[in-house]
Amino acid sequence: MSYGAISVGMGFGVWLPVLLAVLVLAGASEILFIGIVAAGGSPVAATVAGLLVNARHLPFGLAVSEVVGRGWRRVLGSHVLNDESLVFALGQRDAERSRAAFWACGLGILICWPLGALAGALLGTVIGDTDSFGLDAMFPAVLLALVLPQLRDARSGGTALAGAAIALVATPFLPAGLPVLLALLALIGLVRRPGAGVRKAGVREEPEEREEREEREEREEREEPKEEAR
Amino acid sequence: MNGSTVVLVIAVLVLAAGTFAFRFAGPLLRDRVSVPERTEQLMTMSALVLLAAVIATTALYEGHELAGYARPAGVAVGGVLAWRRLPFIVVVLAAAATTALLRLLGVR
Repeated sequence: MSYGAISVGMGFGVWLPVLLAVLVLAGASEILFIGIVAAGGSPVAATVAGLLVNARHLPFGLAVSEVVGRGWRRVLGSHVLNDESLVFALGQRDAERSRAAFWACGLGILICWPLGALAGALLGTVIGDTDSFGLDAMFPAVLLALVLPQLRDARSGGTALAGAAIALVATPFLPAGLPVLLALLALIGLVRRPGAGVRKAGVREEPEEREEREEREEREEREEPKEEAR
Repeated sequence: MNGSTVVLVIAVLVLAAGTFAFRFAGPLLRDRVSVPERTEQLMTMSALVLLAAVIATTALYEGHELAGYARPAGVAVGGVLAWRRLPFIVVVLAAAATTALLRLLGVR
């Protein structure tokens, strides 16, 4: 609902958030798309940024292909594959329950997300000046609440912070949409060094491994200003 | 429907088609190709970096100008509450309420 209200608050018609909700069905990329266009960015930049954010669905699909199914089920199953249904599917022990959880969550979102967007958008048109209600703070807060649980370990947290810093430095100088893409430079630190992979939360480290990693992170911290200056 | 609306609709359609292609490709490729775990992690991380950049720029900027104090303050309150694992709805409403209250008090 807040997504719909925010979109209308940014000056779009009710149709845009609802159309995105039905056809794209991936919250973060929809909010990003609307945010970039609202900031004066080109629809092309918004599409590219949205696609980049949604590229994660490819490894998602690789991870839970069994629960998605085959034939026509695969078509619908792919569409309802998202962060939430993935988490539900991964949370179950046996394949049967995993499939049931995936479909229940996926179909639930398929119905609720567009309806919520519509309700929010209609509400947004009634409210009028959404800024005085602080709705503009809702958008980053929504994303923050969704992303934070995945950034709790030092490594991904640090990389995300570096990316955010790059985007912030670049924003006054570059067309809307580009600073966000430029943030991907923060990944260079991960790509360049083999073995410096993203750590999954809850994976235990060996003491030597930990020392190595800390050294690496120190090095990267020294290198970071160079990357931002680019 | 004016020209920019048509462009916007086309952009939505392209985003929808591309997103579906990403979703469909996973189950389709599963039996044929094995993606190294590192590549998978890197894709996840790039999504997180993009999202972090979006959060930071939308919290602090309005277009190319800084957005003032009220909005970043609200987002920061939301961030602290999210870090302390408070429910999603509490986080979002607290962020909006903080910003709204600051604006009511005359802070821009």
